[in-house]
Amino acid sequence: MNNFAYVRANDVDSALALIRSRPKARFLAGGTNLLDLWKMGVEQPQTVIDISRLGLTDIAARPDGTGLRIGALARNSDVAGHPLVVNQYPVLSRALLSGASPQLRNAATVGGNLMQRTRCPYFYDPAFPSCNKRNPGSGCGALNGYNRNHAILGHSDQCIATNPSDMNVAMAALEAQIRVIGPDGERVIPMGEFHRLPEDHPELDTTLQPNELITAVDLPPMADTKHAVYLKVRDRSLYAFALVSVAACLAIENGVIGSARIALGGVAHKPWRVPEAEALMQGVSPDHSIFERVADRFLHGAYAYRYNRFKLTLARRSIVRALTVAAAAS
Amino acid sequence: MAVHPSDEPTPDSGDALEDLLKQLSPTSRRTFLRRLASAGVTAALPATVLAETSPEPPKPAPSSSATPASVVPATLEVNGKSYPIEVEARTTLLDFLRESLGLTGSKKGCDHGQCGACTVLVNGRRINSCLTLAVMHEGDKITTVEGLAQDGQLSLLQDAFIRHDAFQCGFCTAGQLCSAAACLNEGHANSEGEIREWMSGNLCRCGAYPNIVAAIQEFHQQTPVAGQS
Repeated sequence: MNNFAYVRANDVDSALALIRSRPKARFLAGGTNLLDLWKMGVEQPQTVIDISRLGLTDIAARPDGTGLRIGALARNSDVAGHPLVVNQYPVLSRALLSGASPQLRNAATVGGNLMQRTRCPYFYDPAFPSCNKRNPGSGCGALNGYNRNHAILGHSDQCIATNPSDMNVAMAALEAQIRVIGPDGERVIPMGEFHRLPEDHPELDTTLQPNELITAVDLPPMADTKHAVYLKVRDRSLYAFALVSVAACLAIENGVIGSARIALGGVAHKPWRVPEAEALMQGVSPDHSIFERVADRFLHGAYAYRYNRFKLTLARRSIVRALTVAAAAS
Repeated sequence: MAVHPSDEPTPDSGDALEDLLKQLSPTSRRTFLRRLASAGVTAALPATVLAETSPEPPKPAPSSSATPASVVPATLEVNGKSYPIEVEARTTLLDFLRESLGLTGSKKGCDHGQCGACTVLVNGRRINSCLTLAVMHEGDKITTVEGLAQDGQLSLLQDAFIRHDAFQCGFCTAGQLCSAAACLNEGHANSEGEIREWMSGNLCRCGAYPNIVAAIQEFHQQTPVAGQS
């Protein structure tokens, strides 16, 4: 574990100035992922900029019913338990509570969760020589390795890793907006564009630019909070990453689906959405056959590897199950 | 050295080691190893005590956000006592507690936030002390398992753990206790299922889970907890 220089940033401006002026600098918030990766030797920062005291922890309704703003440094446990989240965005609360452990959720932040790196063992352990994400050009160890928990959608021959976050899946279904600030000022990144597919640059997880800092996440208002489900399938009932997860938010009025927003976790380099599949549900009555059609369309083009073929069936069944539960909720 | 979770001296077949142990007796394995280290027998000192033993004085450390530094001053409050210290920035809270303060109740199990043996309370909230830096906790109130007992009296929760035989080897117990104290305070101990879910960040390889859950349940039923609805 390399030594590093530490500095505590007292405000956003000084955090941005510090990260610009120091080579190999990293922002440190909750530490649950960065310090873990540093211990593994995957991250070797020269300077660690502690941003945990910047504030940015507020969770508050935005004016005129335009939704909710969550500070980037709000702890996962605080977000999951906040009354506005529990009541208006229950799918986010449930996704957060299905992830990690109470201790980790007390430390991990929203911004850090967005930046959480894959748990692919070939990435996480430098004892494996091949990982294009850790060491571009070195190959993908998972491609012909033990790829049980790897992607079935959106992968490339450069990388078949998955995004491990539960929160991100809910954020995708909620169409969150990520607010960031950098050398060129502030900008907003739609959740669907925040995480990347691996393509030829798996070392890039997100579209966040160098020296940018996430300040907040905005959630648009949810029309129907009742028919929202987060389904997580994993190897044990608690404290495990998802094999497949589904965030499903349906708006149902008078027995007819007005809109459907579905995101799949554990299957791709980013939360997976298929607008064409969601559109199949618009204006129809919820029933099993439409759920199956949606699932089939959702998994169009899915491709599995030696050890993760089960995910093709599991993902299909999980989508149908999540939609069934969401539609039946009363 | 074989990995053994106990802090107490363990039988060893090596005669030379036995003799050394006898000479150094009475001692714990930890103090024995420390003496070996200071006598230069062992090559490596734990990184976290370097701040205390470094031959060169630490550089002036940043008081605010001015200059990044690898040795940093901080004042930490642990179990009600204030400790003004200088540590290597990379020192985790766990290593600081164990190596610098000698509070070895908190255990280093996995050192990756997976097992929960290092769980401590920071401002009343449980976190994995292995995945946070000591210097990040200036001004925070830290409670370790050593802080659960008051004036040499075990807390009622610790008492419940003993009565329910809620451990075998004891390596996870400090983390289990801190986590259980928080779990009760959070109001997440209303059923066996709820306790199991909210204690899932604390692994017990001996499998004492039924007894741990029973101890927490009994404490919960006997003691009204503030903040619980």
